[in-house]
Amino acid sequence: MIRRFNWLVPYAAGFLAFLYAPALLLPVFAVNDSSVVAFPLKGITLDWFRILLDSTALHSAAMNSVAVAASASVGSTILGLGAARAIARHRFALKKGIIGFIMIPLVLPEIIVGVSMLVLLLTLGLELSLWSIVLGHILICTPFSIIVLSAAFANLDRNLEEAAIDLGETVWSSFRRVTLPLVAPGIAASLLITFTISFDEFIIAFFLAGTETTLPVYIWSQLRFPARLPSVMALGTLILAASLALLVLAERLRRRVASAGPSAPEPGAP
Amino acid sequence: MNGPAVRIAGLSKRFGGIIAIDDLSMDVEAGAFHSLLGPSGCGKTTLLRTVAGLCRPDRGNIEIDGRSMNGVPANERPTNMVFQNYAIFPHLNVERNVGFGLRRLNLGSAELNRRVDDALDMVNLGGFRKREPHTLSGGQRQRVALARALVMRPKVLLLDEPLSALDRQLRGHMQEELKRLQRSIGIAFLLVTHDQQEALSVSSAVAVMFEGKVEQCGTPRQVYFRPATRRVAEFVGTMNCFEGLAQPADSGRTPILVKGFGRIEIPVERTVPAGPDGRVIVGARPEMLALAPATGGASARGAPGLVADLSFRGETTLYEVALESDGGTASVAVPNSADAAKLRIGETVRVSLKAEGVCLFPP
Repeated sequence: MIRRFNWLVPYAAGFLAFLYAPALLLPVFAVNDSSVVAFPLKGITLDWFRILLDSTALHSAAMNSVAVAASASVGSTILGLGAARAIARHRFALKKGIIGFIMIPLVLPEIIVGVSMLVLLLTLGLELSLWSIVLGHILICTPFSIIVLSAAFANLDRNLEEAAIDLGETVWSSFRRVTLPLVAPGIAASLLITFTISFDEFIIAFFLAGTETTLPVYIWSQLRFPARLPSVMALGTLILAASLALLVLAERLRRRVASAGPSAPEPGAP
Repeated sequence: MNGPAVRIAGLSKRFGGIIAIDDLSMDVEAGAFHSLLGPSGCGKTTLLRTVAGLCRPDRGNIEIDGRSMNGVPANERPTNMVFQNYAIFPHLNVERNVGFGLRRLNLGSAELNRRVDDALDMVNLGGFRKREPHTLSGGQRQRVALARALVMRPKVLLLDEPLSALDRQLRGHMQEELKRLQRSIGIAFLLVTHDQQEALSVSSAVAVMFEGKVEQCGTPRQVYFRPATRRVAEFVGTMNCFEGLAQPADSGRTPILVKGFGRIEIPVERTVPAGPDGRVIVGARPEMLALAPATGGASARGAPGLVADLSFRGETTLYEVALESDGGTASVAVPNSADAAKLRIGETVRVSLKAEGVCLFPP
């Protein structure tokens, strides 16, 4: 029997190439020994990485980005924790509508969020700073946090908190001794994902930045100088590697939550 | 003994438009193994959760050991609960599960360990201290849940359908163990179940609930043989119901003509208010009826009928007899003793009834 040619294989290969080829060009040109970003390659160098080490503007932008991403991930995860618990545990009026409402930032164009927050902050007379970026990022990160944490809470038996209360714990201490340890992998996954989202977010950071900028805004500003392009590529390579590492870590944590499974025994289990 | 372990007075609870508990009053005697028996949705679990403090009643009072529980939160009540799905903390091993509630009591570690050990020994889980919950079977989880509640030394142990997830054999075994535990500890157990067999075999008192009310509360024997209402009778096992006509009482006994069966006499104190023309319903458990092959002759006692169906149950054989008198059927349980007559489907028989074995209901 002749095996028929499977068109899905080249389709899948083409699809993957389309997705990842541009990103793979980053490390290639980051080590190319030429200030012109073009083929053919000239040779291998680490000079572009060395330039990164000397740029203080880059360092402060990177530090800003880490600070903004850390604040946004902690803030949105705390909000997400409350919302996910409420969604999993409680029935209340207009629940579906309210859930839909908090999830809207997922589909809201960031440029709209950026412009409207800019108008709002200026109307309120607040000064733009890294904190305004943090606020914007919390807004767009919270829905992601809710999605990740809802999965963690869905696996959680609601009787567990009641059992803890029955054994003498208060509502808060039972949350701390029972719920928190059980959703901890979900919390870690939420922190990592929201950190990544905030770290490479550009539009909101661009609109809401005061005198200090974040890394993506800094990179964008560098693109005006063609000579700096290879070092931007080097920087991009580093960010790509770090993002990949974080996402892999987050995904592994998420799987651990999912495989922990429901805590109740199956009925009829011996 | 001074007073009941739990006194419930005028308790009501609604969820939206649904009445879960309806002006309910009930005592759980000290040292009793008290069951709440009823169909699903009758409010028995809500009642248990209200006693535990996990559910706030709209009206009414609960006293535990003479102390009012008004405004006392669940974590300060002298009750502990075994949940239906056991609610074992999956991130803690057996000894940490059992010791969970003791942590707050600031016992020394030696005392804490001793109490955990005692509780685990009590439920025969001596060698399981370090086991993780996911390695335990259903029966073992059940025991961990019991130990975790008992280690707190509650005044009342609350059990929410604890055996419903176990297979039949294990369930029977755990019922015996619950009885043994309850006797040896001596505190009151309040058990929610929808399994009438379970309620009858483990309890010292059974409260049968319908629609948020206790319809009857008594010993298993009272509930079984002297059900207060037809609904209780039919929920707690099988009950044959026949039409009867009560006649004027004579020297302390009320003669009743049971359709097809003839005349029986019931002590006056066991009669019920009859309907118009003295109509009553005469109920009899399957094992309170007797069955004999029809020998012919008008002198034979009992209602004539045909064996319509039979099922062999081991200790007994259950016959379904189609009665000639009104086309109804009677279920008759006959012990399978060595000299029991073996009847076949289609045989003509006579079903007879004894006054001691019947109960009356209003029509």
